[in-house]
Amino acid sequence: MAPVGHELIGRTTNESENAYRTEPAMHDSQVPSGMTRRHFLQHLAGASALVLPAMSFTSALRAHAEDLKKRHKAAILLWMGGGPATIDIWDLKPGAPTGGTFRAISTSGSEQICEHMPLMAQQMQHMAIIRSMSTREADHNRGRYYMHTGYVPNPNIEHPGYGSVISHMLAEQSKQAHLEIPPFVAVGGGSVGPGFLGMTYAPFVVSSDGNVRNLPSLEQRHGEVDADRLSQRMLMLASLEKSFVKQDRGQSAQDHANVLEKTVSLMTSKQMEAFKVAKESEAVRERYGKTGFGRGCLMARRLVEQGVPFVEVDLNGWDTHSNNFKTLGDTKLPELDKAMSALVGDLSERGLLEDTAIIWMGEFGRTPRINGNSGRDHWARSWSVVVGGAGMKGGIAVGRTNADGTDVDSETYTSQDVMATVCKSLGISLETTFTSRNGRPMKIANSGQVIKELFA
Amino acid sequence: MLQNDTHPVGLSADQFPPSWNKKSLAGRLELHGLYRTAACWIVTGKTPVVPRLNCPGSFLKVRRSDVTGISTGHQHSTGMALTQRRIAFFLGHFFCRRVRGARWVMLALLTLGCAGYFPALAANEPGTPPAPKKTAGVKADIPQVELINQQIRRPWESIKLAPSAVATDGEWCRRAFLDVLGRIPTVDELKRFLDEPARERKMRLVNRLLGDDYVEDYARNWTTLWTNVLIGRSGGSERRSLVNRDGLQQALRRAFQHNTPYDRLVHELVAATGVSKPGEEGFNGFVNFLAGSLEENGVQATAKTSQIFLGLQIQCTQCHNHPFNDWKQNQFWEMNAFFRQTRALRRFEKGRDIAAVELINQDFSGENNRPEEAVLFYELRNGLSKAALPVFVDGAKLRSDSGFVQEVDRRAELARLIASSDYLAKALVNRMWAHFLGYGFTKPVDDMGPHNPPSHPELLDALAGEFKTRSYNQKELMRWILLSEPYGLSSKFSARNKKDDPALGEKPLFSRFYLRQMPAEELYESLLVATEAQNTQTSYEKRESTKHEWLKQFTVAFGTDDNEETTTFNGTIPQTLMMMNGDLITKATSTEKGGFLHRVASDPKMNNAAKIHYLYLAALARKPTPQEIALANDLLLLRKGDPAAALQDVWWAVLNSNEFILNH
Repeated sequence: MAPVGHELIGRTTNESENAYRTEPAMHDSQVPSGMTRRHFLQHLAGASALVLPAMSFTSALRAHAEDLKKRHKAAILLWMGGGPATIDIWDLKPGAPTGGTFRAISTSGSEQICEHMPLMAQQMQHMAIIRSMSTREADHNRGRYYMHTGYVPNPNIEHPGYGSVISHMLAEQSKQAHLEIPPFVAVGGGSVGPGFLGMTYAPFVVSSDGNVRNLPSLEQRHGEVDADRLSQRMLMLASLEKSFVKQDRGQSAQDHANVLEKTVSLMTSKQMEAFKVAKESEAVRERYGKTGFGRGCLMARRLVEQGVPFVEVDLNGWDTHSNNFKTLGDTKLPELDKAMSALVGDLSERGLLEDTAIIWMGEFGRTPRINGNSGRDHWARSWSVVVGGAGMKGGIAVGRTNADGTDVDSETYTSQDVMATVCKSLGISLETTFTSRNGRPMKIANSGQVIKELFA
Repeated sequence: MLQNDTHPVGLSADQFPPSWNKKSLAGRLELHGLYRTAACWIVTGKTPVVPRLNCPGSFLKVRRSDVTGISTGHQHSTGMALTQRRIAFFLGHFFCRRVRGARWVMLALLTLGCAGYFPALAANEPGTPPAPKKTAGVKADIPQVELINQQIRRPWESIKLAPSAVATDGEWCRRAFLDVLGRIPTVDELKRFLDEPARERKMRLVNRLLGDDYVEDYARNWTTLWTNVLIGRSGGSERRSLVNRDGLQQALRRAFQHNTPYDRLVHELVAATGVSKPGEEGFNGFVNFLAGSLEENGVQATAKTSQIFLGLQIQCTQCHNHPFNDWKQNQFWEMNAFFRQTRALRRFEKGRDIAAVELINQDFSGENNRPEEAVLFYELRNGLSKAALPVFVDGAKLRSDSGFVQEVDRRAELARLIASSDYLAKALVNRMWAHFLGYGFTKPVDDMGPHNPPSHPELLDALAGEFKTRSYNQKELMRWILLSEPYGLSSKFSARNKKDDPALGEKPLFSRFYLRQMPAEELYESLLVATEAQNTQTSYEKRESTKHEWLKQFTVAFGTDDNEETTTFNGTIPQTLMMMNGDLITKATSTEKGGFLHRVASDPKMNNAAKIHYLYLAALARKPTPQEIALANDLLLLRKGDPAAALQDVWWAVLNSNEFILNH
């Protein structure tokens, strides 16, 4: 390119401008001396109502939101993917033919739990076991959907999951806390999507090591593309996004633009530190356990401290159709026990448990009958969920199952009821009604009933 | 030059309000009013107030996008759709400034226009849906295409809905490449398409895409799609997995290269016996479909086979009668009985690593220990046990209930029953329709039955019948859909189909093309194409395994018995981070010597305008708008005239845009 910069791209520019300008053309095909970034911005003026916070790149880091001590509500869902055998963890039936091999031990609460949960046994004064869950979905996919949303799958509508509902309802709080990272973080798992609440409340899925993929540090960024240049690129991109959105082709165009905006906000945020569990002391990391789930629970605490209203931490591997007792006793329960007890204890010591609800559940329980492979199969009729924190009464059990665990002997509870209870604990009104995108009214928690014993 | 979206001045009918009709008096008067105003202006030469219309273009070839003012990104004064008056003013104004005597030509043209000379102005009666005369479909004289067009139109007519405009040829070409080959077209492919005669180009492209030219690309894409359906994105990835992903892909690839009829393909998958790993003696890649799902008495094999090939979700009936549909518990176990002779024998290497799996059929003595009538037992909810023998979902029984393979090979019988079942064609048509049109006739596509009625039952039945009659030729089915009217419609809403938005939970009416995001696989392939890196010399296997490695980052497996998984390439932040900062994009936007941008930047045959043009064609299959060119100009100046750097900025922005990632 011999005369560098002297060839404008496309002659149409000036022509098209002339077509409506009354004043003489601003510049001919030579480089105007006044060509600055401001000029660039002028071209975008009006085209960029999609206000990407791109300009913040220039100011290196934005002010770090202070005031972490401000009280805010949050919830942590410990999701046991695969459907845990709650009959072997929270509602043991020693002596019954369905009882299995585990012994029950006493706890700091009034109820007994499994011998492989000794650390958790010391924290049970904070937690309540709902032993009378009775649901109808015993398929993983349907069960995950139902337990996350309070609704059974329906081909015509996608319901929002826990994380989306709660982060949506607590959005005002997040705004006040100047939250720059997504309000719904899912550690290690896929969770359930935001449904009709839209991509703003989609789970931000991260792995438990706290490394967010493809997130360059600012130093790295400066090495390749400097901040000015990146913000110019972003403006170019914003204009493309905007014009495609304006073509009215459907929601996904706008969704893309929204997520882009959030991503930029996250890329420049100092709050991303909250994901870095490695910053914790060795003792703390040891307390949670150096497992994926342990790191996930530690990250959950850091995120809640930062003001994130909803964190889901996944622990998979509960689908024990065979070798149930060996799998649970050797690996699953020790990992769970360490991490969960550390989380409950740590939150309580930091005074965060009063405002943070903890929900422990999977898609269903497992058959009381032990199958030929020492396993238990899917079972939704009588199983347990554990909740605590945020003012819910601890140390108790709600409801009970019969002697061999095959049925509920008291009032039964459903996914809707658990969700309503959690919402109440967070101060979310159960009168809230969402409107789905096609105008259908949807009561929050699918009109579930609050479990009264937990607020006695 | 591109001719993709140019039209003679007679504008397309659907851009005019219904009153613009030579038959309607009101329409005529309106036209006359316009004519008087315009003629007055043309004769007196007095410039009227023209809104900010700065679209370039010649008089006789006005781009559709200029006229609708939608896709140009221009700031039209009110943001509303342009009235015809303004169009006329714009045309005249623009033209008259350049050509001497043009005013008189304009006058003559307007006169002709008023006289209804231009066919497009003579649209339809107000209130009736546009006649099929002007459709997005291709005049192909294919009865199945007509069938689709008719059946899809019927519900529009009953609710007075008007379909979206016809998609531009560039958009259509891009989506056809994405849907058939799993990637966007190259600039050369796009140009070739647009250089062909307008009436034939779609038909010709479909023939090419489904013909010998692209047989490798076609086979690769459909192998990828079907591998994901059959064993998921993570199937075969774990160290101790029983599934050999490469093995399955080899077998599928060969089937798609030869366009194996669908019924035969399914038969091979269901009845397969042999060794899972390529290169081993007795290798049969198809065994990998079932190899990983036979544990626990083949419960998962039963569920998957019914769901994928028959569109029937019977897995919930495993433990009890289905709460929401008609399936009964016994039906699940009667289907399961077909799999009880099947065994997956492991062959080990180096300790506990599984080298391969051999799928065999062996005698099943029955849980009653009576091989001549080998039953299995399942437990009812009340704790009682019941016996089950093989019975197909439609009630068909086997000629013998023996468990001896020599007397009856249950799985081969199942394969035969599936291949001749009415469910097979319906399930595939539904799946294929969803692939091309974004939504199936049911949602989800693999859950059909009375509890989930289809949106277009007659069309589904008729297409399934045609597909069966045409010997289950998948390419034929694709051809019918590709050439149909709904496939050719724009994704932009029209004024009268706002309601047609299945994203809101409405039943799809297919009166517009629904936006959808490219899956990660398509993005990967499209980036290779856009950066012209697809022809680098690597073996097929190497290329596929590199791709699979990259794709892994988005797959989240739930670790359940049914191998459930999800993807984070779903429009959320991890995807956006990858698109902005990931290695693949860094590579795609590199200006290194020999790379794509370097080649474009240093091409002596193109000036800077042509280069920007080239990038837009390569990524978006359209030309840049004047405003986009203006922005690119500014970037060039900001980059102090370094065209490679400016091109890099533009390229990065284009690849990150919603327009790129959304199939539209």
